[in-house]
Amino acid sequence: MIINGTAIYVLWLREMKRYVRATSRIIGSLLQPLFFLVFLGLGFRKMPVPGLTAGMDYVRFLVPGILGMTLLFSSAMQGLSVLWDREFGFLKEIMVAPVSRTSIVLGRIAGGTTTTMIQGLLMLALSFVVGFRIHGFLLFLWALVFMILIAFTFIGLGLIFASRMKDMQGFGLIINFIIFPLFFLSGALYPLENLPPWIRILSYADPLTFGVDGLRGTLIGVSSHPLLLDFLLLSGFAVVMVMLGAYFFEKSESV
Amino acid sequence: MNAITVENLTRKFGDVTAVDGISFFVPQGELFGLLGPNGAGKTTTINMLATLLRPTSGRAEVGGFDVLKSRDDVRKNIGIVFQETALDGKLTGRENLEFHAMMYGLPKEERKRRIDDVLDLVELADKAKTLVEKYSGGMKRRLEIGRGLIQHPKVLFLDEPTLGLDAQTRRRIWDYVRRLNRDRKVTIILTTHYMEEADFLCDRIAIMDHGKFVALDTPARLKDILGGDVISLEIEGDTDVLDKAFTSLDGVKKYVRRGEVVNLTVEKGERRIPEIVTLAQQNGIAVACVHLRKPSLEDVFLHFTGHTIREQEAGIVERNRGMMTRRRRRS
Repeated sequence: MIINGTAIYVLWLREMKRYVRATSRIIGSLLQPLFFLVFLGLGFRKMPVPGLTAGMDYVRFLVPGILGMTLLFSSAMQGLSVLWDREFGFLKEIMVAPVSRTSIVLGRIAGGTTTTMIQGLLMLALSFVVGFRIHGFLLFLWALVFMILIAFTFIGLGLIFASRMKDMQGFGLIINFIIFPLFFLSGALYPLENLPPWIRILSYADPLTFGVDGLRGTLIGVSSHPLLLDFLLLSGFAVVMVMLGAYFFEKSESV
Repeated sequence: MNAITVENLTRKFGDVTAVDGISFFVPQGELFGLLGPNGAGKTTTINMLATLLRPTSGRAEVGGFDVLKSRDDVRKNIGIVFQETALDGKLTGRENLEFHAMMYGLPKEERKRRIDDVLDLVELADKAKTLVEKYSGGMKRRLEIGRGLIQHPKVLFLDEPTLGLDAQTRRRIWDYVRRLNRDRKVTIILTTHYMEEADFLCDRIAIMDHGKFVALDTPARLKDILGGDVISLEIEGDTDVLDKAFTSLDGVKKYVRRGEVVNLTVEKGERRIPEIVTLAQQNGIAVACVHLRKPSLEDVFLHFTGHTIREQEAGIVERNRGMMTRRRRRS
């Protein structure tokens, strides 16, 4: 297992070039979370949401959740982009090169994490426009760590699915039956305490739950679990997902 | 030394045996062709030799390295142009080449030199800064052929390099392929289902059908197997007399008459025409039309498989269509 720095760099570079050249994609993938933020935020602004700390504004509660959503969708797409490469044939060009599979996975994760972080930071900047403010600068640096961990986790998840699928046919299924449930179960939109206990159990199997809670803790200073617990659990998920993603990618045949 | 050695190579997809125990070798510097209809197993063979598919059984060496045990060494020594485009349309021509050169670990100056070199070779230097999605089919193909050469491969695989291209572009690609093989001494393995392509380019041809080799030889010798040229005559008159006259003629390997059309298989057909026409006239038969046909690889294919390439492909299309209707009915 040899790690090839040049290959990782050039895979990352390709991702960056594709990203900046797809302006419509950048805007498109920010619009969905922005709509969620604006319309849910405006719609529920005056309503008392059970489970919120006293005096907590709903929009303020919502922003870290919507940030989590942006990161979830962006990183899962990055993992799944192997499918596009397979569809357009470029995967073969990558796979036939004398580069270890591990380096290819690392290059993808590097590229995917960078674009996901940019998307997340753009989203956060937009939320400043609607009046959101961070809790403190030092905690914000920790928020960046949580953002990176969320990106790793779901790029890994995307890779697992992309490696198991031969074409784009199952793509809609994955978005609707995996990604959306992960989003709704994470407590991004409401406090998890409001869910019936049996569904809450599912929430604790969702890595994004700890991601969103960690983002809340670091961005608005309020979280359901201790930040350290969020950090450790999310790190665990990230390691497992990346390793599984790499494993399935290495095992898959590219044609 | 052989560039490629293959022993009993087999690949199954579920119940379907795509490649069925083929064995062959390709000496260094040869331009070797795999000829056969769609679905014959050509691409599967290439993908196994290029380490993209694992063989179900059997073994293969490319450039002296085992395709299973030394995948990275094989990858370093080959170039491949896939049947379907494998370019990133969102990158420019040069960026695609740059990506490739970096994946093969070439240092910066060397990259620039070689990229300029192949851009010149495939005459795309003036389009290097254009996004590949704006390229025509022929330009994409040329860029891919150029790309396959950047790492200076010992063996270059070309999977249907001219599929879907117009006649003029095809000619140009043939020229590149020949030049690569002659001037740069690259061993080339080419798959095609165009007879004239195999005939024009290849030193040796393996005819493949249903995952097996049915013949392997030089184009000339493959055609020799058919015994020579076919002279067709359209005649008017007493054909019984003619039958007698022609069957007793020297050097006639095969004689077939269907109504008023006569087919004679002879060697060096163009030299026999005057003699044959005179013989007919001596027997009081009027010759309305003479036609000379040199054997083509199409005839060779027919000879070995009992069907033409086109029939074979039509059959596959029919079968696929049948499967699709069945699937549709089920759902």
